[in-house]
Amino acid sequence: MIDLSVVALSRTQFALTALYHFLFVPLTLGLSMILVIMEAVYVMTGREIWKRMTQFWGMLFGINFAMGVATGITMEFQFGTNWAYYSHYVGDIFGAPLALEGLMAFFLESTFVGLFFFGWERLSKVGHLIVTALVALGSSLSALWILIANAWMQHPVGAQFNEQTMRMELSSFSAVLLNPVAQAKFVHTVAAGYVVGSVFVLAVSAWYLLRGRNVEIARRSLAVAASFGLACSLSVVVLGDESGYLASENQKMKIAAIEAEWHTERAPAGFTVFGIPDDVAHTTHDELKVPWVLGLIATRSADEPVLGIFDLVARARTRIASGIEAHAALTVLRAHPQDAAARALFEEHRDDLGYGLLLLRYVDDPAHATAAQIEAAAWSTVPDVAVLFWCFRVMVGIGLLLILLFATAFYLSARHRFERHRWFLRAAFLALPLPWIAAELGWIVAEYGRQPWAIDGVLPTFLGASPVPASSIALSLCGFVIFYSALAAVDVYLLTRMIRRGPDGLGYWPEGDARARL
Amino acid sequence: MPDYETLRLIWWLILGALLIGFALMDGFDLGVGATFRFIGRSDEERRALLESIEPVWDGNQVWFILAGGAVFAAWPLLYAASFSGLYLAMFLLLVALILRPVGFIFRNKIHDPRWRNSWDWALTIGGAVPALLFGVAFGNLFLGLPLEFDALQRPMFSGGFFGLLHPFALLAGLVSLAMLIMHGSAYAALKVGEPMSRRAAALGGWAALVFVACFALAGAWVANIGGHTITSGVDALGPSNPLAKHVAVAPGAWLGNFRAHAALWLVPAMAVTGALLAATLLRSGRAGLALVASGAAVAGTILTAGIALFPFLMPSSTHPDQGLTVWDASSSARTLGIMLIAVLVLLPIVLAYTAWVFRVLRGRITLESVRQHTGLY
Repeated sequence: MIDLSVVALSRTQFALTALYHFLFVPLTLGLSMILVIMEAVYVMTGREIWKRMTQFWGMLFGINFAMGVATGITMEFQFGTNWAYYSHYVGDIFGAPLALEGLMAFFLESTFVGLFFFGWERLSKVGHLIVTALVALGSSLSALWILIANAWMQHPVGAQFNEQTMRMELSSFSAVLLNPVAQAKFVHTVAAGYVVGSVFVLAVSAWYLLRGRNVEIARRSLAVAASFGLACSLSVVVLGDESGYLASENQKMKIAAIEAEWHTERAPAGFTVFGIPDDVAHTTHDELKVPWVLGLIATRSADEPVLGIFDLVARARTRIASGIEAHAALTVLRAHPQDAAARALFEEHRDDLGYGLLLLRYVDDPAHATAAQIEAAAWSTVPDVAVLFWCFRVMVGIGLLLILLFATAFYLSARHRFERHRWFLRAAFLALPLPWIAAELGWIVAEYGRQPWAIDGVLPTFLGASPVPASSIALSLCGFVIFYSALAAVDVYLLTRMIRRGPDGLGYWPEGDARARL
Repeated sequence: MPDYETLRLIWWLILGALLIGFALMDGFDLGVGATFRFIGRSDEERRALLESIEPVWDGNQVWFILAGGAVFAAWPLLYAASFSGLYLAMFLLLVALILRPVGFIFRNKIHDPRWRNSWDWALTIGGAVPALLFGVAFGNLFLGLPLEFDALQRPMFSGGFFGLLHPFALLAGLVSLAMLIMHGSAYAALKVGEPMSRRAAALGGWAALVFVACFALAGAWVANIGGHTITSGVDALGPSNPLAKHVAVAPGAWLGNFRAHAALWLVPAMAVTGALLAATLLRSGRAGLALVASGAAVAGTILTAGIALFPFLMPSSTHPDQGLTVWDASSSARTLGIMLIAVLVLLPIVLAYTAWVFRVLRGRITLESVRQHTGLY
């Protein structure tokens, strides 16, 4: 029997360390691109101030980059330490993009990031710009491989179960690479990272302008952030990853939960703007609906219905029944590989094996599951509706707000009127935490919405956990909370200290004040 | 594409190459990290030592990350069993490794001596603890880990953290710590100015001798430890199933591969000769050649361990039949093949630009150059 306290502890630790890691990743993605833009302007115009901007923002980038690297090692380890059965069960497919990330992206990013800091005097202008661009390329490529791996968890294509090795094995590498969910996720996530970088530069520059400090650098930085941020925030929303939601049952379940759509509506379905989802009574109280909108967004057609939760649970029930057959046939096949009848039965039901495994949470042998256990397993395929419903709405709300912010910034920057609109500078500064909140909520929607699956329809999360003593995981979890909190405190202290000193106060440029026009 | 057996063998070689790459590259910055606080006596001296590794440690560390990723992709069972089985040791390793990126970047940002001293200690731990733990891990491979598989084929471990601290494993930890200090000191002797260079050379010479003594002692000890040999049931061309074979355990069996192929004794000989040569060269002030010699010692040590254990990846002390080997713990032939192509295409590119970066950064870091440092890092 599975020890569910171990599963809960491992899930908590993974969620906390992953969310923590993603505080730094999007800023690395975004700032590295902004550094490329700034340095490109320096190379094209030859104006020294753009070099200083690159170096100043680059110094802040470095502090954040260190935290991203440090917390990223944890992620690479954790599949093995806490999710050993998961690693064995899908490593044949899932390990490949992680190894490729190392080969293609980490090496690039990490080898050149040193030259970004130490290469200013050793490289030509163009040479250094190329180095900066390779760092940015490396971080975005790294996101690509991670999202290919993650998309495979959401929509496991190109793989098949092998009963001889008791695991999933790769059947088509190109299907894994070209997974439609991966493409949507990559654009969405990377663009969101660029928005985080843009808001960071925008907010810090606005703060300088409010104080009348580092004005020349702040003005230019604001202009860069405004235009880059506008383009990226539009991409995040317009090219949002909704296009992947119809790819599989779990993704359908996710959108039904996001919309709290308990029953399938006649197409095109309405979009629920407000409501209080009730996970116990399986209904939504005080709904406020806009007709048609959801159906049009989700299916991109006027007559295809968006399936409701009850219908999806009914489907899950059927697949669990089939999964019980698959599990029974597999048990026979393991003992008697030559048994033709068991082979035929397994071939018929193999795609539903994962649904049979859902029952292992309630009973040691799925063949002995009671009707009540099957019902419980079927309803376990529904993620937490209230959490998804609200996380999604707040994320989208922030996304729309940021478009408004960048559009205003862009307008003001085109007319060179920042300083006259102090209300805008204040708003821009206050917007600083918003993109992080949206990014974290986005991951909660994606991963908490994937539950109860580690791999959609293939491997339940509870089964993937390592059989490590709960006390060890409790110890490491406490260790992470204390260690990571201390690191966060030092990181924030250092960042605010360096920002307060500002480009003029750092003393890097002894030849004079950066405020002078160069 | 080669057959499944050959692919498995190639991947064992690739894993070895990645570990050697890691020990050669990240090894020197771990070694410098572990010792810079003692070689450098003032803040400026320490900054010079740190600056010799600051631009390159991150790229070097990717060798380790990649070795982890390659084990995940090519030996998923090994990845699952080793990382979960060594749970608390892995956590300790993680904490030490996390201290490094932040230590390097945070240290120089504030001038306060307490701030810098704290980060110096953090970096010392971040260098010494991983160097020690990697050896302890290898030592435990020779002893076998208390591994078995349950009905679902989940890897189960019966031992705790303190079970890993067997005297032989601790000796193996000393081997790797001394080896990386030797390697890091040779690098520092080459890359930094005086007086740090001279002190590093002296320390490196001593570390090389400690390494040789510990390595020889470990070798004598291995001759008496129960080694594992597959007696039957392995199909090198068949699907990966670690439960089908039979394994015999006998003292001295870890030396079986050397007895069968006497030429393999050249490998441990290379480790010892390399270290002795490095000690001599460091004494005569030829740091560049010493670095090459210590690199040979590093490669020889890892190869020696790999050859002794082959074909075992992770022997089981409690259920020897269920130990993981090259033949029964790998990914599918398709995954091994695709990843082999990826390595053949991408790794030469990585090596090329890494070499270019080292060329750009060539030259010694002197106290003079540290004083002109911009402080951007």
